Amino acid sequence: MADTIYPRLIGARLRSQMSYRASFALDLLTQVLAQWIELIVILVLFGHVSALGGFAKNEVLLMYAFAGIAFGIADLFAGQLDNLPTYIRTGTFDVLLMRPLGTLPQIMVSDVRLRRVGRIVGAIAVMVYALAHSSIGWTPAKVALTILTPLAGAVIFGAIWVVTCSVCFWIVEGREFANAFTYGSNAFTSYPVNVYSAPLRWVMAFIVPGAFVAYYPSLALLGKQDPLGLPGWVGWTSPLVAVLAAVVAGFVWRFAVRHYRGTGS
Amino acid sequence: MIEVRELRREFKVATSKGLRRNYKTVTAVDGVTFDVAAGEAVGYVGPNGAGKSTTIKMLTGILVPTSGHIRVGDVDPSKQRRDLAKRIGVVFGQRSQLWWDLPLQDSFDLLRSIYRVSAEDYRRRLDECVELLGLREFLTTPVRQLSLGQRMRGEITAALLHAPELLVLDEPTIGLDLESKERLREFLADINTRRGTTLLLTTHDLDDIERLCPRLMVIDHGRVLADGPLEELRAEVTPDRELVIDLREPGPAPDVPGVTAVRSEANGLRHHLTFRRAETTAAQLITQVVRQVEVHDLAVVEPEIDDVIRKLYQRQLDQDVRR
Repeated sequence: MADTIYPRLIGARLRSQMSYRASFALDLLTQVLAQWIELIVILVLFGHVSALGGFAKNEVLLMYAFAGIAFGIADLFAGQLDNLPTYIRTGTFDVLLMRPLGTLPQIMVSDVRLRRVGRIVGAIAVMVYALAHSSIGWTPAKVALTILTPLAGAVIFGAIWVVTCSVCFWIVEGREFANAFTYGSNAFTSYPVNVYSAPLRWVMAFIVPGAFVAYYPSLALLGKQDPLGLPGWVGWTSPLVAVLAAVVAGFVWRFAVRHYRGTGS
Repeated sequence: MIEVRELRREFKVATSKGLRRNYKTVTAVDGVTFDVAAGEAVGYVGPNGAGKSTTIKMLTGILVPTSGHIRVGDVDPSKQRRDLAKRIGVVFGQRSQLWWDLPLQDSFDLLRSIYRVSAEDYRRRLDECVELLGLREFLTTPVRQLSLGQRMRGEITAALLHAPELLVLDEPTIGLDLESKERLREFLADINTRRGTTLLLTTHDLDDIERLCPRLMVIDHGRVLADGPLEELRAEVTPDRELVIDLREPGPAPDVPGVTAVRSEANGLRHHLTFRRAETTAAQLITQVVRQVEVHDLAVVEPEIDDVIRKLYQRQLDQDVRR
């Protein structure tokens, strides 16, 4: 029964949102459009140049789409962490601590907003378009990579969210700081990593493992060389990086909650 | 059920002076020791900032003590938070554990899954609460539309669905109207006596204590000032009682041995006679009084529980000054 509680908690959230169908449909559409506004930026850019960091339009669109799907999925579950300062201030977090469940999963299912699915739908459409207009030599492994990449990316984004939001346990209004990384890394991962200057690139690509969300898997799919010189197999390691990121995030969260219960308010 | 020894909890509080940030240590709970046996009902009272909530947070596993020992039903709350959660129920008057925009019934269903209550037990316990607390007419109402009194009844039901051995209530009657308060007290007294659920409640409303808790613990500045039956504390701290007599005709107060002070009002129609609890009984006094004057009505007045607690604080202050 423990395995069914989280789906049930999510189901309860969704039910309360579906009670206003008209506004829900509108919200969903707005989210699809929001995702496509960033697309316009890329398209305008390619109106002036034919390649960005050595990548053609459809290749950049693929990265953008992977990043968009991954971010959309992560936002669906980890986006609730933006409420953490409120939860701490109002004592809701204490209520979570009094239940026989982990605090992190409880927060993740606390406010799943189905309309955010709109972003994912919008990004999937772009991915399908980009894949159809790229010359990829499809193999079963590449099909698997295409499916796994957004999922691994979602886990990586989720881990970034958890780690940076943990700051709120020390600085209650640490949300701005956290958002710089979460939303910032979404923008970062939508473009080829080599277009950024070196210091930013190193931090955002490897310390925050943003380059593994879309950039390296796209290289592997497209069969392209990394302009930065990393070997081709790196593009296949995103799921591994995702697991690693999740483990690190789990430890950071535990450490942060321990701090909260030790210092508390 | 609860075992607390030399419990301490400190907080570091930031004091900003210009650009420098200093930390000062504040001791919220300072060496608290007590036991609560299974089936007891204990009132935990004290002024704001006395350390009540901090104690409750440590008992429920939310906060980790700075030092000291706690066991709640053989569980160490800070180390086995989830095991503890299955065995205790907690109601905070000022925060909700219900789902704000869902019907009350849905919150109960979710809690049933969270605490893994069997369908049969759930049905039985919920029916009982619905019956005794009168929840039926608003079970399908979203929680955000409930009145405070209705919500509190929902909160208490939510805390009882997994049949906890201990129910901790932090200000359960705060903000409620008299009727809702009375209904809650009646219900809590019932589950305490009939089900044997141990109760620990903090409150500012001393009627809660009078009605529910045979035992009272008073805390201030993080220390327990007094712990015992309400009657004993009353006798110890306020040794005086008062006999109020209304005469048929205005007249001087009767002169009765054992009376330590007299206050008259209404031109001698009413007299307040103060006497020592330990030295004279009300019956002795009344016998003497009716021999001397013609009495229209009389009443024995016990000191208010507020007075008892105020005197306890005062006593502590005096001791601190003397030190």
